[in-house]
Amino acid sequence: MVGILTLTTFAPLVGVAAILILRAFAKPEHAEAVKRNSRWIALWTTLATLALSILLVVNFDSKEPGFQFVEHLPWFAGADYRMGVDGISVLFVLLTAFLMPLCIAASWKSIDDRVAEYFIAFLLLETLMIGVFCALDLILFYIFFEGGLIPMFLIIGIWGGKNRFYAAYKFFLYTLLGSVLMLGAILVMASVAHTTSIPELMVYKFAPGLQTWLWLAFFASFAVKMPMWPVHTWLPDAHVEAPTAGSVILAGIMLKMGGYGFLRFSLPMFPNASVMFTPLVFALSVIAIVYTSLVAFRQTDIKKLIAYSSVAHMGFVTMGIFSGNVLGVQGAVFQMISHGVISGALFLCVGVVYDRMHTREIAFYGGLVNRMPWYAATFLLFTMGNVGLPGTSGFIGEVLTMTGVYGASWGAGTWTALIAATGVILSAVYALSLYRRVIFGTITNPKLETITDMDWREVAIFVPLIVGALALGVYPHFVLGVTEASVTRLVDAWHLAAGA
Amino acid sequence: MTLPYVLQISSPELILGIGALVLLIVGAFRGEKGAALVSILSCLVLFAGAAAAAFGPLGAAFHGGFVADQASAFAKVAIYLMSAVAILLGDRWLHRLKAGKFEYPVLILLASLGMGMMVSAGDLISLYVGLELQSLALYVLAAFRRDDAKSSEAGLKYFVLGALSSGILLYGASLIYGFAGSTRFADIAHAVSTSPGTGVIFGIVFLICGLAFKVSAAPFHMWTPDVYEGAPTPVVAFIAAGPKLAAMVLFARVLVLGFPDAVDQWRQVIVVIASISMGVGAFAGLAQRNLKRLLAYSSILNIGYALMALSAGAPGGMQAMLMFMVLYMIDVTGFFACLTALSRNGKPMETLADLSGLAKERPGIALALTGLSFSVMGIPPFSGFWGKFYAFKAALAAGQWQIAIFGLVMSVVAAFYYLRLIRTMWFDPAPGHTDAPPWEARAVGLGAALFSFPVVMPALAVLDPLARAAAQAFGFV
Repeated sequence: MVGILTLTTFAPLVGVAAILILRAFAKPEHAEAVKRNSRWIALWTTLATLALSILLVVNFDSKEPGFQFVEHLPWFAGADYRMGVDGISVLFVLLTAFLMPLCIAASWKSIDDRVAEYFIAFLLLETLMIGVFCALDLILFYIFFEGGLIPMFLIIGIWGGKNRFYAAYKFFLYTLLGSVLMLGAILVMASVAHTTSIPELMVYKFAPGLQTWLWLAFFASFAVKMPMWPVHTWLPDAHVEAPTAGSVILAGIMLKMGGYGFLRFSLPMFPNASVMFTPLVFALSVIAIVYTSLVAFRQTDIKKLIAYSSVAHMGFVTMGIFSGNVLGVQGAVFQMISHGVISGALFLCVGVVYDRMHTREIAFYGGLVNRMPWYAATFLLFTMGNVGLPGTSGFIGEVLTMTGVYGASWGAGTWTALIAATGVILSAVYALSLYRRVIFGTITNPKLETITDMDWREVAIFVPLIVGALALGVYPHFVLGVTEASVTRLVDAWHLAAGA
Repeated sequence: MTLPYVLQISSPELILGIGALVLLIVGAFRGEKGAALVSILSCLVLFAGAAAAAFGPLGAAFHGGFVADQASAFAKVAIYLMSAVAILLGDRWLHRLKAGKFEYPVLILLASLGMGMMVSAGDLISLYVGLELQSLALYVLAAFRRDDAKSSEAGLKYFVLGALSSGILLYGASLIYGFAGSTRFADIAHAVSTSPGTGVIFGIVFLICGLAFKVSAAPFHMWTPDVYEGAPTPVVAFIAAGPKLAAMVLFARVLVLGFPDAVDQWRQVIVVIASISMGVGAFAGLAQRNLKRLLAYSSILNIGYALMALSAGAPGGMQAMLMFMVLYMIDVTGFFACLTALSRNGKPMETLADLSGLAKERPGIALALTGLSFSVMGIPPFSGFWGKFYAFKAALAAGQWQIAIFGLVMSVVAAFYYLRLIRTMWFDPAPGHTDAPPWEARAVGLGAALFSFPVVMPALAVLDPLARAAAQAFGFV
């Protein structure tokens, strides 16, 4: 029995197969045709996947807190094939499918070397990322979670910037180290609970002493992925070296896997340990918010600045997740979705000027508003979203998480929220100063005299993102309505288990 | 016990033994012209042996000295099939060097016979006979290119150190016989209690040291990089796969069946050896530039994982060890097949730098090597991940979390050198022309890569119950 989740997850593989056949059987003199067709195949495949995921969300019953569209096939003694989504995961599937066609479109002209391989890597990555959010079996989840390292490693390593080897290694080894500890924990859970089914494990009660160790092992993996301070240092390197689309995926989806992991595993499966470690998470979150905001301010590379700002924004997410109330967790999920749209758009904004000038140095630019008015307006919108201006989606996420943390059931919520609030000001400081230095003023660099505004392809990429950021900012119920039932159940179960 | 029954039980060995002798005569009369024929017939003999092992009756023969159970059948089928692959790889390779000799397949047959004896050993005598038959054939194979100094050196080194380890093993066996009063595993198990005397402990430790040499576990690994580097590549493909599995099964058999009550004593030794192997394999591999030496250290690391699974002891541990070794064997054979396939202007690619830009020149083989690297690294969904999955699960289920965490961290260290391999192939520019790869090496390499993914996904559903049944035959429930 093949359900819609399997279809959505593996639909990109059809495109992979098509490109592979094209690549393997084309004659050398048709290289240009292979490139062109690979692009179109990739675009249509991702659009089809997007259609499937929209179908998924439309058919999703947001009143039902449990898992829906569940598929189960027996596999072998070690693991089963189980898929399903609830209110928390379904929107990440949509987000992944939404960002993917934009990434393909953004790579249309900037990637000209090994084009077929590039799109194969991206389509593989899409399958693995959607799989992460749909898997309902620990082992299956781990396959998707860890397998995503391979295409990302290749994307950074082959199509990245000057220092790409260092960044690719660092990305791979950091994440791998976190993941193998999680693998150890997964294997312990499988042998203690005699099941790898996530819904069963969510109601299984691990001994509190064991919970502590398992929580720490999962934390190692998700904290690296999020990334939380102090294991965030791979992120700026990876972002700077990755091609534009790679950065979008990294910031838009891969970071969210960490937050999703906390919600799916740490909270329901280790409730007591989660309460115990809440002060630790709060502390690391506020350090991330304040410290990385300050670091972001000092950056000279546009992408690096946005990367550090991602770390700061993820601090709000981790804080919200552990707030222990519906408001905070809702805010965290919302913040993840919103950050996926806004930071993805910001990296695409960087890509627009990088494609023209091949540098990301802030000092190189200045006065772009004189030559690129449409670009300036787009960049402004997303900068404001990043700052958390009311009316954009960034505002909702920050307000909800801070309100949630303020009323946190455990940990020093008040102080955490108070310090985190300074992060909002700091984000305005670095984001506005970046905007001023790149966009405003008069053109001083003669190389910028001939720079052109966005063409129709680039405008087409930004339109859905602008609509998304504004729609979510004005009417957050699009997200909150879907997640509410599942989040409420998650938080109730957590209180019940932690209180007992 | 009637004679025909004994013959039935040992039918795989008989097929291989008689086949090897007959083919030796055929080869002697036909001369070098008959090399190809002997190779084909040897493969057929191995297939017949595998069929006999898979479908023949199970039981014990020669007063328990020779055991045919599901574990031995599982291992024999895997070993014989790998030997056939090694004949295919090596025969064509030697042929291209104008050094085709009919002794090559016959020696592989004899080594396979020895390996079959090892996995079926029920007492210390048959253990030693099987081990020596296998080892002597391997020494000759390692030195098969007599006119090549490195190959001769590899053979000599292998032989001298192998003889030393055999001596240690025999000394341990004699101590055990002296203190337990029997050479048969079942009788030793009766005689040795939960707190064995010093003599028996000494015997166990010596025995383990001897066997650790054969599986190239640190600190008895010194020969491995040199032999891997010097011996002909197809021979290394053979040495790195089947003999390791045979020695690991033998390891399990003698320890689990011979000393079931002394498990706490031998487990300590195994855990120490496994940890040292992981550390040495991971860190020493970082410094290697020669591909075959790199793979030698990688094999030391992986034997560490297999020993970790063994130290879990329970049937889960045996199943894990068998699964791990079979999946690893396929990976490593594919690796060496790819190396056999690659040469530049007639000179085989030996160093990491030789591989640079391979993805542009030979995308198929580069893709295969990349898949195999990720597999040996243990990244899902490749087969190597599943091997580690079983091994670590068994270790954690047995409460061996210290070594499990150490092993997991070492796998991250080792990931660095596999990543370097991938980086060289994909990210570096190509220096020059690559020769067309021979079909058989390419086929084996691509086949192994395809097995590592995606074939492994359905194959797990088949292998899992087989390995479980084999593990049950070790006498645990």
